[in-house]
Amino acid sequence: MNTDLLTHNKVRLALHQLRPGTGRALLLLHGLGEASPNEPPPWTKRWVGPVYGLDFTGHGMSTVPLGGGYSAETLLADADIALAHLGEATLVGRGLGAYVALMITGARPRLVRGAVLCDGPGLWGGATGPASSSFVNIEPPYSAPDPNALVELSRDLRPPDYAQLFARLAVEHSGLVEPIAVAAVVRPPWLAAVTDEVGVVCCSLDDALAGFATAVSRPDVG
Amino acid sequence: MTTAEFPGAQSPARTYSLRVGGVRLAVHEWGSETAPPLFLVHGGFDFARTFDEFAPRLATAGWRVVAWDQRGHGDSEHTALYGWDADIRDAIGVIGQVTNKPAPVVGHSKGGALMIQLADAQPFRFSHLINLDGLPSKQPMSDTAEHDRTRMLAGDITGWLDHRRITATASRKAGTIDELARRRANMNPRLPLEWLRYLVTVGAREDADGWRWKLDASMRFGGFGPWRPEWTATRLPGLGMPFLGMLAGQQEPMGWGTLPHQIESQLPLGGKLHVLADIGHFVHIEQSAMVAETVLEFLAETT
Repeated sequence: MNTDLLTHNKVRLALHQLRPGTGRALLLLHGLGEASPNEPPPWTKRWVGPVYGLDFTGHGMSTVPLGGGYSAETLLADADIALAHLGEATLVGRGLGAYVALMITGARPRLVRGAVLCDGPGLWGGATGPASSSFVNIEPPYSAPDPNALVELSRDLRPPDYAQLFARLAVEHSGLVEPIAVAAVVRPPWLAAVTDEVGVVCCSLDDALAGFATAVSRPDVG
Repeated sequence: MTTAEFPGAQSPARTYSLRVGGVRLAVHEWGSETAPPLFLVHGGFDFARTFDEFAPRLATAGWRVVAWDQRGHGDSEHTALYGWDADIRDAIGVIGQVTNKPAPVVGHSKGGALMIQLADAQPFRFSHLINLDGLPSKQPMSDTAEHDRTRMLAGDITGWLDHRRITATASRKAGTIDELARRRANMNPRLPLEWLRYLVTVGAREDADGWRWKLDASMRFGGFGPWRPEWTATRLPGLGMPFLGMLAGQQEPMGWGTLPHQIESQLPLGGKLHVLADIGHFVHIEQSAMVAETVLEFLAETT
């Protein structure tokens, strides 16, 4: 396994090449409290391009910063730093990584060539609107996974209409007819709302990857 | 060290550092160390020394005035991550290391909104809550058409991500004291240039090639996220401590555009709202004497 350390502000992000290949990369985004696998998972066998796994900030081999301050938007920027390195990629996200995969597909629709959203830790997220809040300071030293990440990212707000905006951006600008595939069995409110959007398909992980491997752009977009 | 003069401005009597969650925060105090504490919380892109003129007025009246630079601001540490909850945790860390008794808290702008949430989550820390033009209202964006909202979000996200790709090597632009003061005047158009020059000497550092604001270069205006400003207002009606809000009547770039009728129905029981028709967002700087007097009167009559 080759690992590149990418710089995101004051954080070093570990991007692992799990398997070399030619063509478009497959980028795996792990769930909350997880890290990139050390080996390519069996379901990547038919993907001909290289397979990568990213460790989000505070996870795996990436920097564990002091004092927390995590948000899903920070992890979105982590994923974008990986895309800046890889170029076009197809994404598979687990749990929290599925939510980040949705966001980056809307945020960088010309770089993400399809995202598969799968079950995994952190899929639910927090409340969908204002809720009673609690605050606990966790004193260092920390080790990965960062306890601040586990607390903050398990309760980040997930209003369904916010998630829908990213799905719409993806559908409008990606050039793919169906740029988002939902393979998750569990459907928290944000994911149920996304699933209802035009251009979002529900299918198995294998079928989604087979489709994205040969995906062609819509003629009306760029 | 170069320090400009400004009438009434006083350096803190004590400045020291505390660590909260491992992050070094700079704390500044005015007044007697044995006086009862009162906390001042600055807004976004500001720093504690912006209270150099306001804080001494409260200290003279018998308070130990405590303010801190939020992470990434002023003399506090630049961190890898910034967030609303992290700012609140930092506040708890500072307040809790100064006192374990309820104390008055005065928050300006974002600092005011942060303290509304903390007062809701940990009311035992507050004897009074005073909000200086930090009362959020319904986001104007909510009224725009759906496709416009999506387009605006796309621009915000792309701009923010492009910025994140270069923050590791970004630094603030260097200039003379006058240049930095005039740049700040774009965001603080109602404040005297003399005051902004003073702020440069306490909020910027002098490098070989000129002055730079100490603010972390990774921070930028704008942004996006799931939180809607009007949701902060939902925490107001339930607050149990005496509450005073002071709302600026004059709109300017750093203000939030909240109108009195949008917040009056959200006030807690017995809460007061002063609308300062002729004053801009930095109420405590524009009309320092009047605002300090109002705060002190409110504390006296509700204690």
